[in-house]
Amino acid sequence: MINLLKQTEKYDSFFHSIRLDRELCRGCINCLKRCPTEAIRVRKGKSRIKKEYCIDCAACIRVCPHHAKKATFDLLDSMADYEYKIALPPPELYAQFNNLEEKSLVLNALLSFGFDDVYEVAAAAELVSEITRKLLKDEKTRLPVITSACPSVMRLIRVKFPNLVENISPVVSPGEMAANAAVRRAMLRTRLPREKIGVFLISPCPAKVTDVYAPLGVKKSQIDKAVALSDIYPKLLPLMKEIAASGRDNELPEEINKAGRIGVSWGGHGGEAGGLLTDKYLAVDGIENVIKALEDLEDSKFKDLEFIELNACSGGCVGGVLAVENPYMAKVKLNILRKYLPVSGTRIDEAVPSYAYHDEKIEFQPVYQLGETLAESIGIMKTVDELIKKFPGLDCGCCGAPTCRAHAEDAARGLASEKDCIHILRKYLNKSGGLTEYEN
Amino acid sequence: MSALTLHYDVPGDDFTRAGEASSDIKNKLKQMGISPDVIRNVAIATYEGEINMVIHANGGTIDAAIDAESITLTIKDTGGGIPDVELAMQEGYTTAQEHIRALGFGAGMGLPNMKKYTDEFNITSEVGKGTEVIMKVYLSK
Repeated sequence: MINLLKQTEKYDSFFHSIRLDRELCRGCINCLKRCPTEAIRVRKGKSRIKKEYCIDCAACIRVCPHHAKKATFDLLDSMADYEYKIALPPPELYAQFNNLEEKSLVLNALLSFGFDDVYEVAAAAELVSEITRKLLKDEKTRLPVITSACPSVMRLIRVKFPNLVENISPVVSPGEMAANAAVRRAMLRTRLPREKIGVFLISPCPAKVTDVYAPLGVKKSQIDKAVALSDIYPKLLPLMKEIAASGRDNELPEEINKAGRIGVSWGGHGGEAGGLLTDKYLAVDGIENVIKALEDLEDSKFKDLEFIELNACSGGCVGGVLAVENPYMAKVKLNILRKYLPVSGTRIDEAVPSYAYHDEKIEFQPVYQLGETLAESIGIMKTVDELIKKFPGLDCGCCGAPTCRAHAEDAARGLASEKDCIHILRKYLNKSGGLTEYEN
Repeated sequence: MSALTLHYDVPGDDFTRAGEASSDIKNKLKQMGISPDVIRNVAIATYEGEINMVIHANGGTIDAAIDAESITLTIKDTGGGIPDVELAMQEGYTTAQEHIRALGFGAGMGLPNMKKYTDEFNITSEVGKGTEVIMKVYLSK
């Protein structure tokens, strides 16, 4: 299995880490029908992702029965490229192991594996929580604040919800926060130049991989490599056993193991909002539910909310496609682990560092706009309405578009032909005498 | 440029479907590159109108016409009508029953919001015949 991101690729703002293995793709309609942003078309018997529409939510990876949709990520071999290597383990990593009562075991295993330092994403998440709590009290803040932690959600809002872009939290994601803090610690400690320090995020999903290479909200990510949780998981298991047997588990430096309950809870759905210590929040998981919630929010149906946590994956980050454990079981394990932790282990001692905030504006991208001008769009919309009447309304996907409406839009824009619809084609062939034997 | 017209029949007393028409209008406007502010105003005004018809008038129709200058929304029902339009236009005035308000609707902001978020607002109502609201939102201000 090849899972290395090609280094030659251009990382524009519509870069994605989800890829198609053409050999394995059979051109069926599974991904086509389940893509929440209608980003997929089947053309010439193969699935294609329209990159402007894709939000890296991985719905296609979940449903592809042929495993043709793949997440790409950096390989662990890339650790060799750096002199000083830092691991950023997310809280959902702790939820993958059975009977884990101390996260120090996982953190120690990461050091044994070859990392020189470990910075818990959960520890950085507590800083994000603290800054966000202050933000909610600031009367200049546009409420409700929407999470910036799920890259898929940010990408969704960017293409679908022009009126909500400004509600996205200006605070960076916990991963980015952790990377910034870890790099500063490493440079102080080692005096090495930045390029010799490698920051490795252990990612539960392709969206976070994408966000390292083509970040939204920050000009350049301080994370250097995004490796898959599923890749490192089997490497950590034997090391953890060894450490537990040798009793070395307690030798971990204090600054490495500091995240408390608030930070660890971020791994599951509701954890981020819970850390804000307000009741006026909404926490929604699963991409379809997220879209519905954003629609309602856009229509001002939700009143008096301060914060909205949205997770593209059901269950939150434990539900990422690169996680190993069942997300609901993982959440149970997080709860067990939480029991032994202090409420919060990290706090901001001095002023909020500037790297805690986005340094680039997230702009609405009108990728679904039909025409260049209003007149052109209206013209296309009218053609679409005419075409729709001809189609059977079955949304069968046989034409290669997810719905009859999507196909009508493609046809009206000249991207597909009316006769790609097998029902229209049958009528046409009937008329021309080509299907006489099968006439019904 | 000829106008694009959209027509919706809104069923009455079905809260699970209330908002479908305004949502569809909103999503079509997004596809046409209408500015986000205009979309927001249209979405709120049509949603309020739609909900009003579901609560008070056993449904009705919504028509939207989009041309180069503006979006015209016509919300029409054949319900009981409004005896005192001036009173109904006051913020917070409501005749919604308790069970409707328990659902979070009927706060008495429907008509005031429709006026607030549109550039032109006209309402005609006759008791026993029904109500018609015609609103315009200009594309450029």
